[in-house]
Amino acid sequence: MADYKALYQEVILDHNKKPRNYGTLAYASHHAVGHNPLCGDHISVALNFDRECVDCIAFQGESCAICKASASMMTAAIKGKSRADAEILIQEFLAMATGKLDLTSPNHIGRLAVFAGVCDLPTRVKCAILPWHTLHAAFNSVDTASTEAEADPMRVPISNA
Amino acid sequence: MNADQTALASPSVPVRLASAPGVTTTSGMPTMEPFDVERIRADFPILQLQIDGKPLVYLDTAASSQMPQPVIDRLVRYQTKEHANIHRAVHYLSETATAEYESARRKLQRFINAPGEREVIFTSGTTDAINLVMHGYGRKFIKAGDEIILTTLEHHSNIVPWQMLAEETGAKIRVVPINDAGELLIDEYEKLFNARTRFVGVIHVSNALGSINPVKQMIAFAHAHSVPVLVDGAQAVPHMQVDVQDLDCDFYAFSGHKLCGPTGIGVLYGKAALLEKMQPFKGGGDMILSVSFEKTTYNTIPHKFEAGTPPIAAAIGLGAAVDYLSAIGMDTIATHESDLLNYATDQLNLVPGVRIIGTAKNKASVISFTVDGVHPHDVGTLLNQEGVALRTGHHCAQPVMQRFKVPATARASFAFYNSMAEVDALIAGIRTVQKVFA
Repeated sequence: MADYKALYQEVILDHNKKPRNYGTLAYASHHAVGHNPLCGDHISVALNFDRECVDCIAFQGESCAICKASASMMTAAIKGKSRADAEILIQEFLAMATGKLDLTSPNHIGRLAVFAGVCDLPTRVKCAILPWHTLHAAFNSVDTASTEAEADPMRVPISNA
Repeated sequence: MNADQTALASPSVPVRLASAPGVTTTSGMPTMEPFDVERIRADFPILQLQIDGKPLVYLDTAASSQMPQPVIDRLVRYQTKEHANIHRAVHYLSETATAEYESARRKLQRFINAPGEREVIFTSGTTDAINLVMHGYGRKFIKAGDEIILTTLEHHSNIVPWQMLAEETGAKIRVVPINDAGELLIDEYEKLFNARTRFVGVIHVSNALGSINPVKQMIAFAHAHSVPVLVDGAQAVPHMQVDVQDLDCDFYAFSGHKLCGPTGIGVLYGKAALLEKMQPFKGGGDMILSVSFEKTTYNTIPHKFEAGTPPIAAAIGLGAAVDYLSAIGMDTIATHESDLLNYATDQLNLVPGVRIIGTAKNKASVISFTVDGVHPHDVGTLLNQEGVALRTGHHCAQPVMQRFKVPATARASFAFYNSMAEVDALIAGIRTVQKVFA
């Protein structure tokens, strides 16, 4: 059995306890709400672009530690990125969480590699990817995102969504 | 000495050993010796497993129970020596399989004390049984403006079929509220009755909280208003002696896989008079007497409701499971589970930050709880690392979660094969979770 104990490491526990960019924005050009009907987790992601780049981003919601830490680290990683770069990171994160990313080849994952272990816990993959799916939905001005049914990124690659 | 006692003493009548209060003689065998949980555990091969190097502590029986060796052996014997399709061919195997399948029906009949074996319908499980009643009874007798009473404690399987019926017919659903302990408010239940009330659906034991509902009293009240009652007994039958005649319920549904039996098998008990008036649920083979393109005549009960080839092996396995449980004795099982519940409740209450959701006075061995500052899914994943298997989530009872304003809970459910040491393992696991999140 894989060592999934590594999942609950200091950096994830810290982001769960003190989430970065937690809250709402007074004005948001892009916004989406994501939910996982299986466990009741829901988060909202709001952001503004300054020219090409994400200028400010915030998230809020009720979720497990894996989801909250993922959202917190996602907002930190996305801030200042262009939409194109952000989309690349979304793809890489989803690939990593589902065990399809070769971490030894060049990538932009960086500190987000702490979530690599989640691919060994199929029931928890959705917790980690919900914020990213919601961010993708926000970019596309889709009002709600879900980890279920046709919107399920486990079933439909997000690039085809 | 009165006439009854004389009859009992007569040599032509088998004399049962006198039993102490609380000691069952269901199987005809006295179970006077103290309950030996280790001897029971030895019957369950899966309980010997190690998870990630730690002994499995299986506390998820409310979702599905484990299977003892005698039931596994029965399934193997059926598949190796007895299998053929039933109610059809004249050859040896078909007759053997038919006899064993119908014998399983009689075992289930005795297990719940149903008056007749034709009142015991094999279904694929509780959900299927409830859907059968919705289609067979509901769609025939419940009309626009009629009212169906359900309770806040219902599992989704006893909510969604009735919502589908309400949408189709224009019937209305009324819901019995609960108090902060997770007990039904019986005064409110009684107030819901009016001239349009046509049906009551109630869960016997809440799968999310463990509350045991006063179904006998609720049934008597409904019957005083000529309203039939369906009881969802999925969580009750595995943990207590259920007597459908004593309850006087009109329908009683339960699942095999929560009863040490296989998946894909369940039972609907229904009063014959009602079952005969109902329309079939599924059409096909075995549920007919004759078929032509002009007219089809339906079979008698229970076969009218068992279209197609049933899960024969699973039914026979379930028969073996109730033999196994009866040999231990349902009262003996209930007593041990009650001890586990009381011990686990006391120990959980000693852990700061743990909140038990559902504190009904009358409870089965199910404990829903939350840990301050830790989401139930994180509790579940971390406990799994300690070998402790429990359920986290909304337990297919979202209205209960909404009532207590929690998105989800962790739920430990105990069976007669669980030990006090396993309760200690749960408590130690929760303390480890709290350390990780400190």
